[in-house]
Amino acid sequence: MPRYEIRLNGTSRTIESADPDQPLLYALRGLGLTATKFGCGLGQCGACNVLVDGKAMPSCRATVAETAGKSITTLEGLGTPAAPHPLQAAFIAAQVPQCGYCTSGMIVSAAALLRETPKPSEADIRAALDGNLCRCGTHVRVVRAVLAASGQTGQAGQGG
Amino acid sequence: MTTSQIAPNVSRRALLKGGALTVGFVLGGGRLEPIAVLAQGAAQAAAPARVLDPKEVDAYLAVNGDGTVTVWCGKVDLGQGLRVAIPQIAAEELGIGLDKITYIEGDTALTPDQGRTAGSYGIARGGMQIRQAAATARKALVEIAAQRLGVPAETLVAEGGAVRPKAGGTGLGFAELIGGKRFDLKLDPKAPVRDPATYTLVGKPLPRPDVPAKCTGTLTYVHDFAVPGMLHARMIRPPALGAHLVAVDEASVAGLAGVRVVHIKDFLAVVAADEWTAVKAARALKAQWTEGSGLPAQDQLPAVLKASPGATEQVLVTKGAEAPRPDGAKTLQATYFWPMQSHASIGPSCAVADVKPDSATVWTASQGTHGNQDTFARFLKLPKDKVRLIYLDGAGCYGMNGHEDAAADAAVLSRAVGAPVRVQWSREDELGWDPKGPAQLIDIAGAIDAAGKIRDWRTDMWIPENTRGLPSIPLLAPEAAGLDQMPGLNSGQIAQNGDPPYRTDRVQVVAHWLKTSPLRPAPLRSPGKPANCFAVESFLDELAAAAGLDPLALRLQGLTNPRGIAVVEQVAQMMSWQARPSPGPGRDAPVGRGRGIAYIHYKHEEAHVAIGMDVAVERSSGAIKVERVACAHDCGQIINPDGVRAQVEGSILQTLSRVLMEEVRFDQKRVTSTDWSSYPLLTFSDVPKLDIVLIDRPTDPPLGAGEAACAPVGAALANAVFDATGARLRTVPFTPERVKAALGGQAATPRT
Repeated sequence: MPRYEIRLNGTSRTIESADPDQPLLYALRGLGLTATKFGCGLGQCGACNVLVDGKAMPSCRATVAETAGKSITTLEGLGTPAAPHPLQAAFIAAQVPQCGYCTSGMIVSAAALLRETPKPSEADIRAALDGNLCRCGTHVRVVRAVLAASGQTGQAGQGG
Repeated sequence: MTTSQIAPNVSRRALLKGGALTVGFVLGGGRLEPIAVLAQGAAQAAAPARVLDPKEVDAYLAVNGDGTVTVWCGKVDLGQGLRVAIPQIAAEELGIGLDKITYIEGDTALTPDQGRTAGSYGIARGGMQIRQAAATARKALVEIAAQRLGVPAETLVAEGGAVRPKAGGTGLGFAELIGGKRFDLKLDPKAPVRDPATYTLVGKPLPRPDVPAKCTGTLTYVHDFAVPGMLHARMIRPPALGAHLVAVDEASVAGLAGVRVVHIKDFLAVVAADEWTAVKAARALKAQWTEGSGLPAQDQLPAVLKASPGATEQVLVTKGAEAPRPDGAKTLQATYFWPMQSHASIGPSCAVADVKPDSATVWTASQGTHGNQDTFARFLKLPKDKVRLIYLDGAGCYGMNGHEDAAADAAVLSRAVGAPVRVQWSREDELGWDPKGPAQLIDIAGAIDAAGKIRDWRTDMWIPENTRGLPSIPLLAPEAAGLDQMPGLNSGQIAQNGDPPYRTDRVQVVAHWLKTSPLRPAPLRSPGKPANCFAVESFLDELAAAAGLDPLALRLQGLTNPRGIAVVEQVAQMMSWQARPSPGPGRDAPVGRGRGIAYIHYKHEEAHVAIGMDVAVERSSGAIKVERVACAHDCGQIINPDGVRAQVEGSILQTLSRVLMEEVRFDQKRVTSTDWSSYPLLTFSDVPKLDIVLIDRPTDPPLGAGEAACAPVGAALANAVFDATGARLRTVPFTPERVKAALGGQAATPRT
């Protein structure tokens, strides 16, 4: 079976796939990295966003062949419950998720934003996350959490 | 999955034993520090001997041998926060720390049937049963301690997991009193509950225990769940509604390794060892279908509803008598339309089923695991007690999306292939085939006099009927495969709040119950009320405008309920409301600015909610920009204020999305709005500033907070657009095209 070498959450990994067109999403989930969620398969919702060489991309649209040799970071690679990424800590403090299905993609998109723009304005955050859909209506808390994670407010814990 | 994927300090415990996953949440206060290993063992050990009768204390809680407490709840956490709120109630009432509670939900083998998690009843009914169970248990614990200590029960208090003398000194721990044993008590409605003035947990914004796992990717959604030997399936839906399967060309997927085609009457699916192969097979499979049964033309839908044959008329409300109308009274009539809408869950539905010859286990994100036990037993032809449904988190579903359908798909497939099967719907499946919030056509006629007295009011609504005794709604898989299930329609309580909450000489509300619906309906968050309140509260503003009155003053003049008056006045204050009639002075500006207000007394007996909006409307494009939403919300006693606030935020934003942009589109064969470009949702750039005031009434019963704030959103927005521009919007969604048509003086009323 063809093998594709990638750098995944800081570790070299081999993906075996009979089909070079298999979306990265299925390969990641097949490796047990289930934080990355299937939302549409069309690149329209952001639920499956991962960092590919530091940029947020829908993993449903990137094939295993295209990502060979690249560096992939999923939500699991950003932090853990014991050692959360500042964005994860801010999302927890602001009690952002309701159903939480979009949360992984939201945090990944926000991480890409903070790499480029460490102190984003509220408008920057809204623009960067406009492709991430949330059905529960957690948007206001997402913005607050990203501001808090970028050190611009200390108020992520204050609800609503 | 295995437990090794779950970090030891995450507050959710999941383990597989005997082929069934049990999930418990340990309430560690949401902290990220390691927590003590708690009652997994107790929960597991208790499983075979579980008491499930909802009248019994043991159905809801047990004191384990180590003094910890396990709480079992039949209602499930969909993201609305029951996982902390219910333990808050139980811990408060028992007198034990929240960190000593393990919480298990929605498993038909372990939890009592407390009804579907719906109707904003999670706390108001489910939580109150558990409060009474805990109060009954506390009374028993105090009585046992009194006997052992030889002192009167009145001298003792339950706190910190022990019963102690009120005067001080050591007492007896819960474990010593009853650890590992049953209470063997019925819920005692007379068992005294704690005085809210003494609460230490209820009323606090405690964090939800599932949030850390949701933010780090360690929570097992049903989408992430797997059992050994599980196969992956995708469904193939007909190209037209009502089409029958004529032939399947299995050779079309012969090139894909290990693919099995399952074809039972009109039920068609592909099963493979891995998910991507199943996706490819579903795309490749060729099948022939008949033409289908047809749908009405989209733009004819309001007329079709009104002309539906065989509708049953029911007078829902009739109050007062026709009074003589003074000179100068104005009479109005208006028609409002709310379209079919999707639950539009971000994750398409998914389920795992393991059906054996004599039993079935189904892992599902259903909001009604217990209610579906009968449904699944019936089409699987198994005894009810051999069918176990276990709740796992899904993508938010807000009523009844495709979760139950996916579960039925998985069950039919598991039986067909003799292995556990995971079914994952596609985006097209979800938006195309989830049961829809129904279309609602509402006519209102009324009269107002010059002094603002409403003289007459009649609401007529054309809505799909609710079939008596229907357990949930008919599911796609049994329908397609020709298996036994009860036919019918159910959209929830969609006829409520058709009458105004204001003083009126005469009120009549008439439902015209329709025998059919163009697409299969289901309850969608706040069933029916967003449309009914849109019509009623828009019409009130239309009456105000006809009489040249300030819409806020008209409401305050007509309201009688002091809690209603309080939320309306609160919003008026938040918006610095200036008394004047609508439309406002800037109505002809290129960008008109305006304000609107709407109010609901939810179901006439639950929460009071007022919502005000500030909007800007660009005349050239017809684009509405909602700049600010102000909301005052009174749902009685608040268990967890941050949880309520999150629900109110979500209710407002989700309904704003529904009102501004959502409408299921269809051609004469099928739903065509099957992706996020044809069924768009509100995005970050559309989100207004939200100002929310929660009014807590600790000594009143909790009334539910999951839905009520949805209801006033449509009218508050329509009223604000009218105030900004003089154009009245009566058809949802308020697309730029509709706004432009209304601004141009074209009928903004649905064509009937």
